[in-house]
Amino acid sequence: MTPSAKIIVDHLSVNYRDVQALRNISFTVQPGHLVGIFGPNGAGKSTLIQAMLGLMPLVTGRVLYGDEELAHQLAQVAYVPQRSQIDWTFPATVWDVVMMGRVKKTGWLNRFSTASRQLAQQALGRVGMLEFRDRPIGALSGGQQQRVFLARALAQEAEIFCFDEPFVGVDQKTEAVIFQIFRELAEAGKIVLVVNHDLGESITNFDHLILLNKELIAAGPRPWVLTRENMARAYGGHITFFGHVA
Amino acid sequence: MSPEWAILNGLVEPLQYAFMQRSLAVAILVGIICSVVGSYLMVQRLALLGDAISHSVLPGLAIAFWLGVNIFVGAFIAGVMSTVLIAWIHRRSPIKEDAAMGIVFSAFFALGITLITTIQKDTKIDLNHFLFGNILGVTLGDVRDTAIIAALVLLTVALLYKELLFYSFDPLGAQASGLPVGLLNSGLMVLIALTVVASMKVVGVILVLSLLIAPGATAYLLVPRLHQVMCLGAAIGVCSSVSGLYLSYYFNLPSGPAIVLVVSAWFALAFLFSPRHGVLTNPGRGVSLWPRWLGWGR
Repeated sequence: MTPSAKIIVDHLSVNYRDVQALRNISFTVQPGHLVGIFGPNGAGKSTLIQAMLGLMPLVTGRVLYGDEELAHQLAQVAYVPQRSQIDWTFPATVWDVVMMGRVKKTGWLNRFSTASRQLAQQALGRVGMLEFRDRPIGALSGGQQQRVFLARALAQEAEIFCFDEPFVGVDQKTEAVIFQIFRELAEAGKIVLVVNHDLGESITNFDHLILLNKELIAAGPRPWVLTRENMARAYGGHITFFGHVA
Repeated sequence: MSPEWAILNGLVEPLQYAFMQRSLAVAILVGIICSVVGSYLMVQRLALLGDAISHSVLPGLAIAFWLGVNIFVGAFIAGVMSTVLIAWIHRRSPIKEDAAMGIVFSAFFALGITLITTIQKDTKIDLNHFLFGNILGVTLGDVRDTAIIAALVLLTVALLYKELLFYSFDPLGAQASGLPVGLLNSGLMVLIALTVVASMKVVGVILVLSLLIAPGATAYLLVPRLHQVMCLGAAIGVCSSVSGLYLSYYFNLPSGPAIVLVVSAWFALAFLFSPRHGVLTNPGRGVSLWPRWLGWGR
């Protein structure tokens, strides 16, 4: 797939246990932008990412990357789930987790190559966690754990990066490191999709926003999306809206 | 005779008997594969599934015995069928997975007991040997079958180690990277069923869960990485199953309970004295030994 391909989400509907979770969602994501997926609790933000990657069945619609279904091109994808999905007492070190980013590219029955080890090493260096490589993941702070997962995503050499709530339980320093790397990825022409819920200052880091509440409220450049009317539709008018950040 | 010599003699002397040699071989193999495969069960919080599969092999074993087929094959089929049935009930109804396991494994177990009790009347099959283990009764055929299963299980774990590590740590992440997680999960179920089948005669189906979980859990308190948990767990598993074998030989005990008591003692030691997680070696956390409602630990 050419690196400049875009993602087209076309009339996507998803059910979660017989209840409609997402209804008729359509938008396009261009590479080179840092895209934030926002919406109230239960809006279907995580579901949207998982449905796009084919991790749950679609009721209608399709998701294309270039000319083909995105779900058939997962080798191009790096996905970091919500931290609550992970058992942090699992017997693995930082190094074990980052090397997981190389499993698919290494292939069945093969051992990790020297090149893979170097990629993992570089990725750890980039998030400032190299000195922790032999630590058990359970012995890290929340911010450090999130940086390790970011390193795993970087080691995957993906074109599309999807992060589900990467700033939950994370310190300020880590938030800055993560946004810096998101920015660098976007500038390198990658697609970067980030599920987030914080409507504070940090929202200015995103170029484009996708605003959801079971259906698509708005998608596009941040100032277009962050209107009083859109926010009222998404959050039901109960939101203190920071007009200046738009 | 010096005491050291007496102990050594006590260990070596029984090995002149062919049945003891067979038992020792099976004890070692089962100690290894139970600990390795059980480590996956422990980290995935699937201990109850291990229990479910082990109880579910019984009807397959009985039917195979009645038909005159290899009982390992029958037991394996029943074990796999139970996991398929559990997954089906869980998927197609609002019943939670642990409830589905409870229903399926007790039904299979009851059917197995009924079948074996029925055919026991006119054959030489002994229900107790399968429930509690009879390591001293293994045949050359059992040794061969156990060796084949052990080779298969260990080879699979070695070849799929990195994929299974990714899948068991972060199933969503693994699926999103394009790994066939459904296949990996089924593979793991097959490994568990094979391991349970190989362990039937050694520990028995009721207590095999202990040999699956306790060695890995003991090692988990001592070392930080999964492959280390598996290796140290295997060493603990082998120690325990071989000790159980000798206890069974000298004290005429069923081998299952003997093995389980030894492996549980190992776990108790690690629980109390592990450098990182021990209750007595990390006194700060040890306080919680006393329930809060008794007024201690405030």
